[in-house]
Amino acid sequence: MDGMHDLGGRQGFGRIRYSLKAQTFHEPWEKRVNALYSLAVKLGIFNMDEYRHAIERMEPRHYLSASYYERSLTSLATLCVEKGIVTREELERRAQGQFPLSSPSAPGRSNVGDRQRLEPGDRVRVRSDYVPGHVRMPGYIRGKTGVVVSVSPAYPFPDAHAHGVEAADEPTYDVRFSAEELWPNSADPAFVHVGVFESYLERVD
Amino acid sequence: MPDQTHIQQTVAPVERRVDAIQDALEERGLKAAAFVEEFRHLAEEQWVPENGARVVARAWTDLAFRQRLMCNGRDAVAELGLSMPAHHRHLVVLENTPTVHNVICCTLCSCTAFSIIGLPPDWYKDLEYRARVVRQSRTVLREMGLDLPPEMEIRVWDTTADTRYMVLPVRPAGTEGWSEERLASLVTKDSMIGVARL
Repeated sequence: MDGMHDLGGRQGFGRIRYSLKAQTFHEPWEKRVNALYSLAVKLGIFNMDEYRHAIERMEPRHYLSASYYERSLTSLATLCVEKGIVTREELERRAQGQFPLSSPSAPGRSNVGDRQRLEPGDRVRVRSDYVPGHVRMPGYIRGKTGVVVSVSPAYPFPDAHAHGVEAADEPTYDVRFSAEELWPNSADPAFVHVGVFESYLERVD
Repeated sequence: MPDQTHIQQTVAPVERRVDAIQDALEERGLKAAAFVEEFRHLAEEQWVPENGARVVARAWTDLAFRQRLMCNGRDAVAELGLSMPAHHRHLVVLENTPTVHNVICCTLCSCTAFSIIGLPPDWYKDLEYRARVVRQSRTVLREMGLDLPPEMEIRVWDTTADTRYMVLPVRPAGTEGWSEERLASLVTKDSMIGVARL
């Protein structure tokens, strides 16, 4: 889905809030949230693709205003409700207030039928697909051309794995794009490498 | 009759929402509190940048190890007793040189090789870094204190799959003959993300 989470290349953001002593956690509850969703994954209540997608499904206004770990919490709670572990009513009763959850999911999809095995050095184009469910193709590479620099082992296909859809595992390809091609006359010169699933790519001859 | 919809209007404070889900899981026998303790130990003592620092120091001093690391990062770090979660099936090590600079990010969420380079810092997961580093790499790095010479090639790596990346910094000059342990003490999390050079 072309959601609010897909931030790469969006303009208008200010300076990075950087410090040499940056922390991972700021409040004790943040570590608890990280632990609880990790526990749910470990117990097989949901997988990491479902977890990521439930964050993406947050209403955009909530996504942008929530802290990182509030997004984790929202995903965890949404999936526990969707999987029947707990009801929203119980959570709101316990929390003594509203417990905002993510929006419902659109259907997932399986692997693309005519996907091709690729090799380092191949020139590739990212398919101009518009996927309503989970997808790990950042919008900034859609339709763009690059060169394969390496191949990964096969992974569960996220577009299916986030939705309980059957699919074959497939490799990703590290594809090198030129920032100039991604954002003509509007980017610092650099190479941008993205791990792109086989189903998202086609060879350019 | 009270209006239920109005009673429910106020969003519960985030900490109370965390308590709610933790207590619900605990009550279902899922041992949530015990896992919170276990996780605290992992986060504070196991997933630390000192792991990656050992990998870097070994790569600086042992050419054969460096080659194995570049070839198959996951197997190579296992030689040092380091492990990665099962779903991180691949570790790609990105070698900085005097003319090439690598930097990693995750524009879609916050993916990192956290068991090797440590859990990601707050700014790495924040909106600004995710939005800007792919498109304004040189500017962002300069703002963060790393002013790269114009001839230095920049390679940004967006962690969009479960392949994980770490940057192998250039060994600083003047460290000839240093022990691995002493070399490792120079290596920071930021240098393995690629927002700093040593």
